[in-house]
Amino acid sequence: MNTPIMEIDNILVVPVQSSLSDAAALKMQKDLASIISKRSIQGIVIDLTDVDLVDSFIARVLVDIGGMTRLMGAITVATGIQPAVAITLVEMGLTVEGVLTALDLQQGINKLRLLKKEG
Amino acid sequence: MGTFQETRVYLKQELDIVSARHAGRLLARQIGFNLVDETRITTAISELARNIVLYAKEGTVYIRTVYTNEQKGIEILVSDDGPGIENVELALRDGFSTSRGLGAGLPGTRRLMDEFEIKSTVGVGTQVLVRKWLRSI
Repeated sequence: MNTPIMEIDNILVVPVQSSLSDAAALKMQKDLASIISKRSIQGIVIDLTDVDLVDSFIARVLVDIGGMTRLMGAITVATGIQPAVAITLVEMGLTVEGVLTALDLQQGINKLRLLKKEG
Repeated sequence: MGTFQETRVYLKQELDIVSARHAGRLLARQIGFNLVDETRITTAISELARNIVLYAKEGTVYIRTVYTNEQKGIEILVSDDGPGIENVELALRDGFSTSRGLGAGLPGTRRLMDEFEIKSTVGVGTQVLVRKWLRSI
């Protein structure tokens, strides 16, 4: 149930496992907040490649993580959102604002570094 | 309309939402839905199941195959003896929410499915019935 959080050069990388329970999602959010507050983190890359379902609760957690990182001067990028998940989110009207996206983990990291360098 | 193959998942704890999703995904796959429809169905189940756990505290989700002469599909009935929804119309309006769920629960679910019916009585409970049919194309 514990989502692993890895740190690579001041970036947190979170490979999310396939089916997040509500509690696991909230724990992930709490763990991220805790780590960001203790270290000078530039951003978070949340990889959703293995995630086959994102409903309104999970979408809300992602938005909250995005908001939290922004308030702490960092950036969140969600990567690897599956096509079926993206289509479903759009149809439900969930836009997941405040969270940048990239196609895969590497592009997510690159995007984050680029933004941090410019900003 | 005929029904076959029914799975029931009792909903009380948050982890039961995950069980309901799995059951739904399995049956949707068995019926022959493509991956996107499978995801729509499973997400709809997740939304409805969460409503039970959040608002009604406990309930049941029934997931079944349905048939007519022309079509085959999936039917999901989510039923509870909870507090009921006072203003169903308001709850079906986009953006309405009394909890952290972004208000996407019911209106979002309705958009994902082909058929959507809701019956709710304050003090008695709520039933939500949704169906999705296999596309012939």
